[in-house]
Amino acid sequence: MSEIKLMKGNEVIAEAAIRCGCDGYFGYPITPQSEVMETLMLRKPWEETGMVVLQAESEIASINMVYGGAACGKKVMTSSSSPGVSLMQEGLTYIAGAELPCLVVDVVRGGPGLGTIQPAQSDYFQATKGGGHGDYHLIVLAPASVQEMNDFVSLGFDLAFKYRNPAMILADGVIGQMMEKVELSPYKPRWTEEEIEKISGDWALTGKKKARGHHIVTSLELDAHRQEVFNEKLQRKYREIEEKEVRFEKIHCDDAEYLFIAYGSSARICQKSIELARQEGIKVGLLRPITLYPFPTRAIAEMAERTKGMLTVEMSAGQMVEDVRLAVNGKTRVEHYGRMGGVVPTPEEIVDALKANFNLKP
Amino acid sequence: MTEEIIIAGFGGQGVLSMGKILAYSGIMQDQEVSWMPSYGPEMRGGTANVTVIISDERISSPVLTRFDTAIILNQQSMDKFEAQVKPGGTLLYDPNGITHHPTRKDINIYRVEAARLAAESGNPKIFNMIILGAFLKVKPVVKLENIEKGLKKSLPPRHHNMIPMNIEAVQMGMGHIETVNQL
Repeated sequence: MSEIKLMKGNEVIAEAAIRCGCDGYFGYPITPQSEVMETLMLRKPWEETGMVVLQAESEIASINMVYGGAACGKKVMTSSSSPGVSLMQEGLTYIAGAELPCLVVDVVRGGPGLGTIQPAQSDYFQATKGGGHGDYHLIVLAPASVQEMNDFVSLGFDLAFKYRNPAMILADGVIGQMMEKVELSPYKPRWTEEEIEKISGDWALTGKKKARGHHIVTSLELDAHRQEVFNEKLQRKYREIEEKEVRFEKIHCDDAEYLFIAYGSSARICQKSIELARQEGIKVGLLRPITLYPFPTRAIAEMAERTKGMLTVEMSAGQMVEDVRLAVNGKTRVEHYGRMGGVVPTPEEIVDALKANFNLKP
Repeated sequence: MTEEIIIAGFGGQGVLSMGKILAYSGIMQDQEVSWMPSYGPEMRGGTANVTVIISDERISSPVLTRFDTAIILNQQSMDKFEAQVKPGGTLLYDPNGITHHPTRKDINIYRVEAARLAAESGNPKIFNMIILGAFLKVKPVVKLENIEKGLKKSLPPRHHNMIPMNIEAVQMGMGHIETVNQL
């Protein structure tokens, strides 16, 4: 077993990137995720693995550097927080439209606009519904611990390359700033040119060889019918992702009469709320979506058959609650409790919200 | 065993690093830990606090509003966190700069004059370790030997020569705690 360390979520993103054989990180500092690039700059991975770390002039430049690296079949990533990720949306839709793999880490803070630097989950719509223009999705992973910040870097790259689609780690200020125990992954070497040729040789820009035709990376197709055929192919890919890649965790669901649905730091807080509510005899459990896209629609629908009600808890005005209601399709009552603008809900107020919404007597 | 702790004071007092040493010491004895700072525009002179949880079980919420122990190092933090100690819990404070002393009767209250002791010893930087010692005297959640191991982990090697001095400061804190209210 490798060494157990005490690290911040943001620091772990940097360490995990180096260890999973990432070729390049391009970013621009913003609270609450600046420790990602700070840690990379301290670690100097260009001396160790050859990984490039570059502070770009803006988030727009960062994501387009990622676009370029990804087009060459390289494992490349960026990280930012909400306002910065908004700036990246054009690049992301181009990357999705060009079917390129990459990893984007969004440590969400309160909005809209410059908003606040405190934690929020109000970018769920932007992350899961596309974010930029056109019919596309990112694969979205929602870590709820520092350990998952480590694990999802490697998983994010694996899924991105498996489906040739950008993947996102959607964290928040709590997960980014907190320190917990973490077991770091063992080192994987960066891919060699031969390995890139083997893994991505049918599309990556690796230099025109005599034996093959040109590879063209573009998201432009002026013929509407051909663009529709391309869109149909994308949609088939998304159906396959929805079929195969759903991940979620159930906590105290076996005897649950009521259910919290929450992801990321809200899911951690809900676990404390479960302890408190069960002390009062309220049988409540938690279903924690780990992938936000693809969403655990089927698992939630199944739970709807045997629960009296569900409460989504999000640090937003209520975004994921829409997907929960679609999954439940009227079979049980779904209510929302949220705090906004960077305010983190307390375990006690979540219990109060559960009782108030479902008329539960203590 | 689960101990939920808030450490609150001014930025620059060593609040965050004390929390980190405590958390690392918990890891050294195979416990689950979490360390969640207030983050933002706080710098030297502003308020800073950190929630540290040490537990034998998987930790649920890293963000809390009710604490087993509050370690309070300035008046703003006293105003905010005295009320957030669980009934039967513990409040430890340094009276330096405190104008409104804690008044609750349903919690254990202790004080340690860490700022004075640190100043008298000629090394104000050991302030937070004196506080840590006083805390461990009333709540021995981690062993002294694991504090030493925790210091080794959280300090860069070039500062390892300062570990004995820090351990002495912890012991000084253990020896200078005063009881204000005991249940």
